[in-house]
Amino acid sequence: MSTSHTSRRRVASASTIRDGFAVLGVAIRREPWIFTLSTLGSLLFGALTVADAWVLGWATDNVVLPAFETGTTSTKGLIAILALFVGVAILRAVGIVARRLGAGVMQYRMQAHYRRAVTRQYLRLPMSWHQQHPTGQLLSNANADVEAAWAPIAPLPMAVGTVAMMVIAVAQMLLADLVMALVGLLVFPLVIVANIAFQRLQSPLMTRAQALRAEVSEVAHESFDGALVVKTLGREQEETARFAERAHQLRDVAVRAGRVRAAFDPALEALPNLGVLAVLSVGVWRVLNGQTDAGDVVTVAYLLTIVAFPIRSLGWLLGEFPRSVVGFERVGAVLAATGEMQYGGREIPAAHDGARLDVRHLAYRYDADQSLLEDLTFTVEPGRTVAVVGATASGKSTLTSLLVRLVDPVDGAVLVDGTDLRDLRAGALAEHVALVPQHTFLFDDTVRGNVTLGADVDDEQVWEALRTAQADGFVAGLPHGLDSRLGERGTTLSGGQRQRLSLARALVRRPRLLVMDDATSAVDPEVEARILAALRGFGSTILVVAYRKATIGLADEVVYLTDGHVSDQGTHTELLARSAGYADLVNAYEQDRAEAGDDEGAVTR
Amino acid sequence: MSTGESISAWRTIARGVDFSPELKEGIWLTGFFAVLATLGRVVVPIAVQQTLDRGLNGPGGPDTAFMTKMAVLAGVAIVVTSGASYLMTSRLFATAERGLATLRIKAFRHVHDLPLLTQNTERRGALVARVTSDVDQVSQFLVFGGMIAVVSVGQIIVATLIMAYYSWQLTLVVWLCFAPLFLSLRYFQRKLSEAYGVVRSQVGVMLSAISEPVVGAAVVRSYAIENRTQDRIDTAVDRHRAASTRAQGLTAFSFSLGGVSAGLANAGVLIVGIWLGLAGEITAGKVLAFAFLVTLFVGPVQMGTQVLTDAQNAIAGWRRVIGILETPADVVDPGDGGTALPQRPVSIEFDDVEFAYPGGRPVLHDVSLRIEPGRRVAVVGETGSGKTTLAKLLTRLMDPSSGAVRLDGVDLREVPFTSLRERVVMVPQEGFLFDDTLAANARYGRLGATDEEIREAIRELGLSDWLATLPRGLETRVGQRGESLSAGERQLVALVRAHLADPDLLVLDEATSAVDPQLEMRIGQALERLMSGRTSVTIAHRLSTAENADEVVVVDAGRIVQRGSHDRLVAEGGVYGRLHASWVAQHTPR
Repeated sequence: MSTSHTSRRRVASASTIRDGFAVLGVAIRREPWIFTLSTLGSLLFGALTVADAWVLGWATDNVVLPAFETGTTSTKGLIAILALFVGVAILRAVGIVARRLGAGVMQYRMQAHYRRAVTRQYLRLPMSWHQQHPTGQLLSNANADVEAAWAPIAPLPMAVGTVAMMVIAVAQMLLADLVMALVGLLVFPLVIVANIAFQRLQSPLMTRAQALRAEVSEVAHESFDGALVVKTLGREQEETARFAERAHQLRDVAVRAGRVRAAFDPALEALPNLGVLAVLSVGVWRVLNGQTDAGDVVTVAYLLTIVAFPIRSLGWLLGEFPRSVVGFERVGAVLAATGEMQYGGREIPAAHDGARLDVRHLAYRYDADQSLLEDLTFTVEPGRTVAVVGATASGKSTLTSLLVRLVDPVDGAVLVDGTDLRDLRAGALAEHVALVPQHTFLFDDTVRGNVTLGADVDDEQVWEALRTAQADGFVAGLPHGLDSRLGERGTTLSGGQRQRLSLARALVRRPRLLVMDDATSAVDPEVEARILAALRGFGSTILVVAYRKATIGLADEVVYLTDGHVSDQGTHTELLARSAGYADLVNAYEQDRAEAGDDEGAVTR
Repeated sequence: MSTGESISAWRTIARGVDFSPELKEGIWLTGFFAVLATLGRVVVPIAVQQTLDRGLNGPGGPDTAFMTKMAVLAGVAIVVTSGASYLMTSRLFATAERGLATLRIKAFRHVHDLPLLTQNTERRGALVARVTSDVDQVSQFLVFGGMIAVVSVGQIIVATLIMAYYSWQLTLVVWLCFAPLFLSLRYFQRKLSEAYGVVRSQVGVMLSAISEPVVGAAVVRSYAIENRTQDRIDTAVDRHRAASTRAQGLTAFSFSLGGVSAGLANAGVLIVGIWLGLAGEITAGKVLAFAFLVTLFVGPVQMGTQVLTDAQNAIAGWRRVIGILETPADVVDPGDGGTALPQRPVSIEFDDVEFAYPGGRPVLHDVSLRIEPGRRVAVVGETGSGKTTLAKLLTRLMDPSSGAVRLDGVDLREVPFTSLRERVVMVPQEGFLFDDTLAANARYGRLGATDEEIREAIRELGLSDWLATLPRGLETRVGQRGESLSAGERQLVALVRAHLADPDLLVLDEATSAVDPQLEMRIGQALERLMSGRTSVTIAHRLSTAENADEVVVVDAGRIVQRGSHDRLVAEGGVYGRLHASWVAQHTPR
């Protein structure tokens, strides 16, 4: 939506036109051959449009009139007519295909180039950069903005052809009769002025309509997302009224834009006709005065009709510029972003047992004022299971991001088997450590693809991981088993099922250190207990952000976080005994139960 | 034009007009302006041509009087055409946009009645598209394409009539030359609609590939699958490019055919004209005039075929929206003819209920259950046991495949929605909030509730101290989906909402997601107060909920296998015994 704001400012200013051509220049330099081909196609089309009239004139003078005069005709003449007309038509068709297909190829290739470049940046730039940019914005940078940037390519060849045709036609008109030509040419500035006035009036309405379309879509999204609430409270009418309000606003703006268009379209169509009438009036007067001959009147009038209509294609081209320039700038900002994560060259030595994790004086903050983690230090011995416990916003999720090096600490270090994560080769860490994030992300891929993520593991191993994650049951029940597609166009899974797949994804890699960020929240307690039991038998070092007592119960040790630092570390029993805050936190469930039990006696019915 | 697809295209338009009656309003007057605009477009070039041929190059030298007449005629025609075009276009815009706003709103309203919405959450994006981009596509076509189509067809007819006036034989020649184009049009339209269908699905694939490094950034990085992700994106981007190029090539090729037909027609007119002339049927002047008329015919044909191509997309969009509107709501409101529920705690009765999703295996079998008014019941069972289905049947989000669910002895299918939604309230697992203030979200439970009433409800639930922790109190903005609040706080707002609604039957789907323990305690207390004095059914995920219930109903594999008080069921063992043992194990760390 911030686009609309920017493009409003940018309507049809001189700098926009200059910048728009600069953007086109980038495309022309990148795809010079296709641009040349499509422009040649456009020129061919233009030339043959003029040739049509020439063929008709030739046929009239050389075949038709003689035939009527002499009463006979030759087959040769008829064949010539057929050959000329069809030949011109076919060549013109070739011109159309070259122009349109060429423009399409150029436009789609530029889109593809930039989509690849932008997504490469997304993969290269650090998580901290991602955290500063809203998801929706990044998605639209790679999609809508790229599309907008290269939209002017479509009308470009036609516009170039038009300009060439205009130059030739204007020269011919001037040669035929200077006065008539000048009268006829008055049409051009009028058409251009009318076009600019049209754009000026239309653009704000279009911008407003675009913003309202986004609002309509937002209300629909929200209302459908909250369908269960809407339906169970019977608020369908109120929701419909809310939607209707936006839909009606959109309708009113569209109708207003329509009225502007309705006024300008006939005007733009009438101008060339009025120009022809003016040429005829002046022409006749000059013929009567003997200043020119009838043939020149016909020539000027004809040339005027040919060039007056396509002049609008220049309007289409310029009309795309504001969006294009904004889109290109936004894409450019992504491409110019820097701050790639630096990697070292070291490896973690291969081993089969659990990894050792050292967290030393770790500090992390987004901005200078608010620190999320401060001087965090603890160690997890190989094969141990540690639960990280803490109130909301105590820094638990941030800690997991640091452990798998999604972000680098401001201060301090994370070491796996004694090696600082920052000294490792790119990709080395993932061979030993796996994260199961809080929010499950599934790829638009098969079950197998989602579990292996391209790793070289056979189906038996995939099934084993699914069994451990208690996901084998529902996967076996899917119509195509491991080959079932997931995602928008595939099978729908419940939150618990998605989480279990996400667990299997980590398990199939047999990680030596497994980091779980509240990764079993959508799973029934009983299922969770089974999964955790299986994990313990795995031999890996496990660090788990825990909310449930069941999870804490399975841990060898607990790290208790408050306000971004380690408040205490020890076994659950030790912490219960010596830390009042910890006891309060984990016993809240128990208190809940106790109070609920007391209430039962009080509430009688 | 008699194959199935074209009929269904016409039927689509007819159904579309039924759903948007505004489209018919004033159609005759608009049509009249269209005829005027069309006539003008034909008259002007003819007048110009006549001026040149008969006036300027007339047999007796320039004929000034005739030329003046023609120039005036042309001038008048230009003015009339412009005026008529303005009126036609602005009227078309107004009726089309009004009609489509109606269609959009009707479709939106109907989507809320579709089972798809609550059953298949991942298809919601597609439903949003039905009321947004699909309608936009129809609108684009109706206002731009519709105008061009009307004018083009009009021009073709007028041009044909004038041509026939000059020579019916040559008119026949022109139509014959264009016949292959008209006949192949349907083939190309099918090919084009296929090609653009491929493009659309490739856009979807591409967008989801592009979302991987953004939405799935944590997974992509922590699993070091950057290269694989880039390969997937490159493949998707390239397939999209190839599909778009193919569609563009087809469009260009089909567009170029019109020009070839025009060339044939020009040649045909001259050749046949000469033959006819030699046979004494036509004069040279008429043949040449006819050659000019052909250009009046070719222009609109080119425009018209282009518009028909675009129409494919628009009609496909229209068809999708109508498809939504024609999907029957599976749960039908009996309306005023039904029996309203009384204003007191209700009894619940499941009478031999069976439920299966369409085409699926039964999820619930032989469920018979009676719950007395004012009782507090917990439903427990493993994931997939059918306990959520039970809740959905009870709130009539779905109807049983056989058997009946009764409240206070009345079959739910006979209870008007206004009464049902007022007396029975469900608190879903996820406390969904709208992007508005806390007060506005609470008010969703009782429209028109004052701030004071909302504060009172919050107080009654024992949440006043929580409200005091919010910096802006009732005016706190909750953000999109309520994401400015924590999951637990969202639950609290949902409870306040339910309390304001003041139902007789409360159906609670207990949240499973992690909540800060202290907040969990608050939720527990608020729930306790909310449930008091009402019949309540809770889909329980926690032992404490089952323990505190008057009665526990155990569901396993779609059947009720046990029921009774917590203590009795623990003693009984069975499924409940197993669930209980697992709970106890979790809540007792070593």
